[in-house]
Amino acid sequence: MIGYILRRLLAMPLLLLGVATAAFFLSQVTKADPLSAVVGERQMNNPEIVAAAKARWGLDRSVPERYVIYVVNLAQGDFGTSFRTRRPVAEDIAARLPATLELVLFAMLFGVTSGVALGVAAAHWRDSWIDHAARLFALIGSSMPVFWTGLILLYVLSVALGWLPGPGRMDARAAFEPGPTGFHTVDAVLAGDWRRLGMALSHLVLPAFVLGWAVTGIISRLVRGSMLDVLEQDYVRTARAKGAGERRVLFGHALRNAMIPTLTIIGHSFAYLITGAVLTETIFAWPGIGSYAVDSARTLDHPAIIGVTLVGAAAFLLSNLATDIAYAVFNPRIEYGGGRG
Amino acid sequence: MAEAGAAPRRAARPAWLTAPVILGLIVVSFWIAAALSADLWGLADPLRMVARRLQPPSAEHWLGTDALGRDVLSRTLHGARFSLLIAVVVVGVAVALGSLLGALAGFLGGWVETGVMRLVDVVLAFPPVLLAMAVAATLGPGLENAAVALIAVWWPVYARLMRGQVLEVRTREHVEAAVACGVRPARLLWKHILSLCWTPVLINATMDVGQVILLAAALSFIGLGATPPTPEWGAMISAGATQFYSWWIAFGPGMAILTIVLGFNFLGDGLRDVLDARSER
Repeated sequence: MIGYILRRLLAMPLLLLGVATAAFFLSQVTKADPLSAVVGERQMNNPEIVAAAKARWGLDRSVPERYVIYVVNLAQGDFGTSFRTRRPVAEDIAARLPATLELVLFAMLFGVTSGVALGVAAAHWRDSWIDHAARLFALIGSSMPVFWTGLILLYVLSVALGWLPGPGRMDARAAFEPGPTGFHTVDAVLAGDWRRLGMALSHLVLPAFVLGWAVTGIISRLVRGSMLDVLEQDYVRTARAKGAGERRVLFGHALRNAMIPTLTIIGHSFAYLITGAVLTETIFAWPGIGSYAVDSARTLDHPAIIGVTLVGAAAFLLSNLATDIAYAVFNPRIEYGGGRG
Repeated sequence: MAEAGAAPRRAARPAWLTAPVILGLIVVSFWIAAALSADLWGLADPLRMVARRLQPPSAEHWLGTDALGRDVLSRTLHGARFSLLIAVVVVGVAVALGSLLGALAGFLGGWVETGVMRLVDVVLAFPPVLLAMAVAATLGPGLENAAVALIAVWWPVYARLMRGQVLEVRTREHVEAAVACGVRPARLLWKHILSLCWTPVLINATMDVGQVILLAAALSFIGLGATPPTPEWGAMISAGATQFYSWWIAFGPGMAILTIVLGFNFLGDGLRDVLDARSER
């Protein structure tokens, strides 16, 4: 197993290089002319200015040279400068990362708890209406367009009923000192400001629910399946024969083992959350990297969209690696190595 | 569903036709019919102003009118064409391309396998939405470019799946027998190996049609897919989002996406339950 982990770790830099190469390829075939982004339209006829801009931004060098410079820059965390904000893409992303992480974390919290609860209920009352309802809820979660569900829920709960605040991380007029973590909930707790915590949470409820719903579906299906496997096994029958209560059998004996395969899915569902966050943030005016990506894509701001994609790929790779290693550690029956790929 | 006691009638219905599959078939057929017959109902022209702007649903315009006075119901029904077409094209090309490369990788091995599978690893390292957005932004807006972006994101799934299938099937005895009989490689791959590899690929494809429709609509919603006058669902929701208080503009296309994707998911989910013995419950 240690060999497997080592091999996975060693493959990471190669994969990241591949990812960077793909990004460079995309930036080479794009129709967006980087020159027109840095040189004003009127100056495009002035050869001196154009030549100076080319030299300044390295556009006069050969493609292989640019590739090496690009990769070296990436390795140092330099993603280039956004055409739109005129700031380094890395700075833009760093400033917006906490908002996205906070949203994804709360969505994950909702998705995992509701998914496990639904999965256990569906397995316990197998083939009953509860089982069917849980399946329907799960399937709707992975079938709905989050950019529409968010819109409708925002309209009903915020505009029509007034139960929840509108879009954004905070009320529009609220001004708070930025805290050390960038997570509004954590910063509020650190500052002991309960009004701020309440506001942050009330703004989180809806986007986290919309985003987490898809995860609920994935996890509940898996928990149901592995609970059904586990509930048939001898030790569960033994526990029942010894007179253990149903609740104890379900949660003490069965769920504990059924959670092992679920662990992997929790890790892999991170991908769904990144995906969903891009669209959820747009609807909820959430100032994270998802809405940054969409704004960049809309304005064909190439360095920015590539930068977000690269960060997303790195996060995706790392979370998959961590999940696979955790799985290997928790499940001694799995043996890695030997096989190809 | 039929009761278990109705044993004599069991033969009347094939085993794969379970309740979720039937439900999925009904919903998907409805939308295919809608796409084909959208012009036959005497509905308003989806591209022309036919009434006052921003009218809520009424007897004349069941789903209201949008910011340009166009009929939302007509636009929603016509929108089925774009979503179904892009889904079929994307899944079709991704399955064909991915299966071809995956089959060659599994069959030939060597540097072909290494090359294809490392490329698969790299593409699968990206979160799908972000890569699709990056590719679409590179190519510029437009439905065709969105389709290319989605194909670029989707083919590796099938390459990986097909390679695994080929590796498994090629070790079976009937393949050895065929080799011993001197069957040529191309025929060996096509007749003796690939014919046994399609089931998981087809189930996956059914599940993916829904996901492709979702992602294609998302690209249009962002502004990277269909361009304005086109009655495409994602673009319509995007227009509805700017008219926040006229909820009906986004309601029709949103329900359309939800139901059609749900239909395909029921279909794929049901088929998987039946065909994949391991998850049979």
